[in-house]
Amino acid sequence: MIMKLYEEKIFKVIMIGAALIILGILVYIIGTVFYKGLPALTLDMITKLPGGGFYLGKEGGVLNAIVGSLYIIIGSLAISILISVPLVMYINFYLPLNSLFSTVIRFSLDILFGVPSIVYGAFGFALMVYLGIRASLIGGIITVAMLIMPIMMRSLDEVTRLLSRDLPDALLSLGATKYEMIKVILRQLMPGLITAILLAVGRGIGDAATVLFTAGYTDNIPTSLNQPAATLPLSIFFQLGSPVEEVQNRAYASAIILTVLILILSFSARYFSSKFSKNKI
Amino acid sequence: MIITNQRLITRASNPVMEMKKTIPLKKVINNQSIRIENLDVYIEDQHILKDINLTIPEKSITCIIGPSGCGKSTFLKTLNRMHDETPEVKISGRVYVDDENIYGQNVNVIDTRKKMGLLAQRPCPLPMSIFDNVAYGPRIHGIKRRKAINQTVIQYLQYVGLWDEVRGRIRSSASRLSIGQQQRLCLARGLAIEPEYILGDEATSALDPLSTKKIEELFIKLKEKYTVILVTHTLRQAKRIADHIVFMYLGKIIETGPTEEFFNNPKKQLTREYLSGSFS
Repeated sequence: MIMKLYEEKIFKVIMIGAALIILGILVYIIGTVFYKGLPALTLDMITKLPGGGFYLGKEGGVLNAIVGSLYIIIGSLAISILISVPLVMYINFYLPLNSLFSTVIRFSLDILFGVPSIVYGAFGFALMVYLGIRASLIGGIITVAMLIMPIMMRSLDEVTRLLSRDLPDALLSLGATKYEMIKVILRQLMPGLITAILLAVGRGIGDAATVLFTAGYTDNIPTSLNQPAATLPLSIFFQLGSPVEEVQNRAYASAIILTVLILILSFSARYFSSKFSKNKI
Repeated sequence: MIITNQRLITRASNPVMEMKKTIPLKKVINNQSIRIENLDVYIEDQHILKDINLTIPEKSITCIIGPSGCGKSTFLKTLNRMHDETPEVKISGRVYVDDENIYGQNVNVIDTRKKMGLLAQRPCPLPMSIFDNVAYGPRIHGIKRRKAINQTVIQYLQYVGLWDEVRGRIRSSASRLSIGQQQRLCLARGLAIEPEYILGDEATSALDPLSTKKIEELFIKLKEKYTVILVTHTLRQAKRIADHIVFMYLGKIIETGPTEEFFNNPKKQLTREYLSGSFS
């Protein structure tokens, strides 16, 4: 009896400890970033392009990287939504339950999910060399799309599988075709789709390895798909590599910008999701 | 005898059957009715429905009763071809709806389903407003005029007695309705596609007694215009509202007959045992 009591206590301590460790890590990261970055975070950082000698401590900001990151993530989101949604609907509603093909697809997604981003970067680079494209916005968009597609598909697939069979059955028994059925189901799945998109954005916008060779880096804002584009993770990387302490602190300021950018994207996505899905059952 | 295991028809020496024969069988078949011949359903290797022969009379309520797992719901799904969605299900036999074999060639599944309004066990409103729920069917079947749709929606909401309860919030989400209201909404939604048959798959089993009563009253009202086929496992409900009873056990039809006769004077031993509650 006493043993059981101790068991209970020990497990409670382990569980609370685990929760505290996670919280601690989060607070430590955000704390460091803000402590070091906040003093360097000026209006110039988000409104100006890097001037000459920016990486040696001269004037300028990281507007090129902010805009570049947004371009790349929006472009790659568009591509991956256009491919993910049809694929997930196909394996869930057109193929029979647990068919061989859907098993194969889910298995490949799991593998792609685990492929490190540098491999996507190398693959994207090889593809671009083959096609004769130089480091450019379009190269970055395609490579990041490849990186985030498995994430989006897998998480959308999870919520779709959890959907009760009642809704599809109700729609079909009303005489809806499968396409009409899927249009209604997507409304029901909207929050799940938003979550999938957010996970993908979080991974895609913060990844440096995929864009290193494919999007390249520039101090300007790209005006066409064929021009190279800067990204926030690479901008942080280059600034951290500077021997000047001031520039290193700007790297932390850029990290704040990246974090806030992701937060803004999440909150607005959540907001629109709740607006769209007010009729959800 | 309108509703029967067709083999029984041939044994017409039974006086009860002689009496029922006065109802012209031909008329029933030519009008809206469902006639099932030699229906067998297999799910993977399991033989779920075994040689079903049945005629369901028009404009009345037919209740299918039987213990769980006897194939009631599977049977109901064969009537609107919902088994098409599960490839493991193999069906042989003929199901004539309005004299057309719905498992024949060149049959449009959508048209078949349009003839059948299905009321499921749990209400499943579509993720849209109350209005759009009812308007959904007419819209996908090509009705575009706003006025016509408005009229249809109001008409069927009134028919199921929901109009007065929701008229102020017709544009708000259907999920905010109580579960009993949702079930009536689902009925209105099914009626709006203008079916000829109403199928109910234990349509009241998730509802409270009051909502159940409302749905039962609606079924009784519905049989004036529609042929109603209900699966139920509450005998009392069958007794209250059915005109005809079909008793199934282990995938076979054991006994069929008009409600009163079925409950007061069951012919088969198995039926008597089931009615007395020896098994369920």
